[in-house]
Amino acid sequence: MRWVNRHMRRGDRLLLGSLPILLLVVIYLIMAASRHAANPADKILPLPGRMAESMYALIFLPDKLSGQLVFWADTLASLERLGMGLGIATLMALVVGLALGVLPPVRATFGPLVTGIAVIPPIALLPILFIALGLGETAKVALIVVGIAPVMIRDIAAHVTALPREQIIKAQTLGASSWQVMIRVALPQAMPRLIQAMRLALGPAWVFLISAEAIASDVGLGYRIFLVRRYLSMDIILPYVAWIALLAILMDLTLTHLSKRLFPWAHGESH
Amino acid sequence: MSALLSLRDVWIEYGDRIVIERLSLDIEAQSFVSVVGPSGAGKSSFLRLILGQEAPTRGDILLDGEPLTPECGPDRGVVFQRYSVFPHLSVLRNTMLGLECPQAPLMGRLFGAARRAARDEAAAMLEAVGLGHSLDLYPAQMSGGMQQRLAIAQALVMRPRILLLDEPFGALDPGIRADMHALITRLWRDYSLTIVMVTHDIREAFSLGTRVLTLDKRRHDPHAPHRFGATVVYDLPLNNRSGPAASEDGSITID
Repeated sequence: MRWVNRHMRRGDRLLLGSLPILLLVVIYLIMAASRHAANPADKILPLPGRMAESMYALIFLPDKLSGQLVFWADTLASLERLGMGLGIATLMALVVGLALGVLPPVRATFGPLVTGIAVIPPIALLPILFIALGLGETAKVALIVVGIAPVMIRDIAAHVTALPREQIIKAQTLGASSWQVMIRVALPQAMPRLIQAMRLALGPAWVFLISAEAIASDVGLGYRIFLVRRYLSMDIILPYVAWIALLAILMDLTLTHLSKRLFPWAHGESH
Repeated sequence: MSALLSLRDVWIEYGDRIVIERLSLDIEAQSFVSVVGPSGAGKSSFLRLILGQEAPTRGDILLDGEPLTPECGPDRGVVFQRYSVFPHLSVLRNTMLGLECPQAPLMGRLFGAARRAARDEAAAMLEAVGLGHSLDLYPAQMSGGMQQRLAIAQALVMRPRILLLDEPFGALDPGIRADMHALITRLWRDYSLTIVMVTHDIREAFSLGTRVLTLDKRRHDPHAPHRFGATVVYDLPLNNRSGPAASEDGSITID
């Protein structure tokens, strides 16, 4: 049987999917164990016990200086920034993308500007943001927005522009104005795509969040990772990275689920 | 009968390419005009012209004696070969859209009694096209024939002055196509419609229409083929008031 035709059953898929992950874990454990055999005080590849110990302190014991549970304070601060950045960018993508996609004069006026902003590497704008907005929360959220909004806007605009011309004509023969074409024809059909764009933007959004936190912050997941790097605290960095990965996966799954629940018509036969 | 739609010496040119030249035509109310012709002979341009999707380079188009604005409006309904229905709306909501838009300029939605009235009207129209039992389906769940029925209901609920059909049955199976021919003939008679249908299928053109127009180029210059546009080369009135011939075995297609 050709490999292109070998479709996997659900159970097999789960098994196969977990194999490489398990393999990586095992390789790590072997390497960590061999390093610890040579040097019991090794910090580069900590053993799980050491990680659990360090993380226990961050998760359950209040920090002596601030009185906060550090792990949860970091998570909350990061999620807040990420949520605000993603929310603002999504709203912009929807409004600007729709207008660009449906209305040719708006596209002609603002299309080049959006394209121009989109090709600037957002990190290059970070100094400008810090100078203009200070080192506070605004600059960090702004970096996420500047980083992901242009791509999302262009994606939504392209999707709306690609709607069959026949639909737009048909809507007009049904008496729809430009505004009604936007809210009754283009907007609902852009929504599943918007969720798709959010899923794809999550990756870059995390990148910009961690970057901003690494450079100027006093709390946050990225801040903590870059702080403890000074002490070679791999026992904290590794669990933090795993936690970020877990959060990202959960967000992605939530968005997929949301899209299927809210827009069943966009997901094939099962309504 | 008076002319519902008149074209007076209409030309369409794109740069130095002439697509339609010297097209003069009167279409009477309640006629069923089939338009045939080889590919590239301006059938689609002709339809876009009447639809208002495109303005003539020269000449006038009059609907009910009034000049036609070059913009699509609710006085002209249209059914395309594909993409005529909205995938994100159920059958009922697809049909209600035309009733909601003119009445609710800001929201594009109706509420309360007005909504119930629109719902009943849409449901009645869907019953008439044979979709009375499929109100809650989405287009993706329906066959091509059902989608075209929905597209027709969508257009008819607006009571358009003219219904434009752009190869509406071209993508359907022969059996389904015969059903659709019967449906469109019945609707045409019941609702006293004026229909302009562009088609590739000559048998369909003759069996449905009360008049068959053939668009083609009158002259052909081998060195500059783009310099001559198409116009009506045959204009055949038919006596088809009684409805279409029942013969549907096979069809002749020109391309």
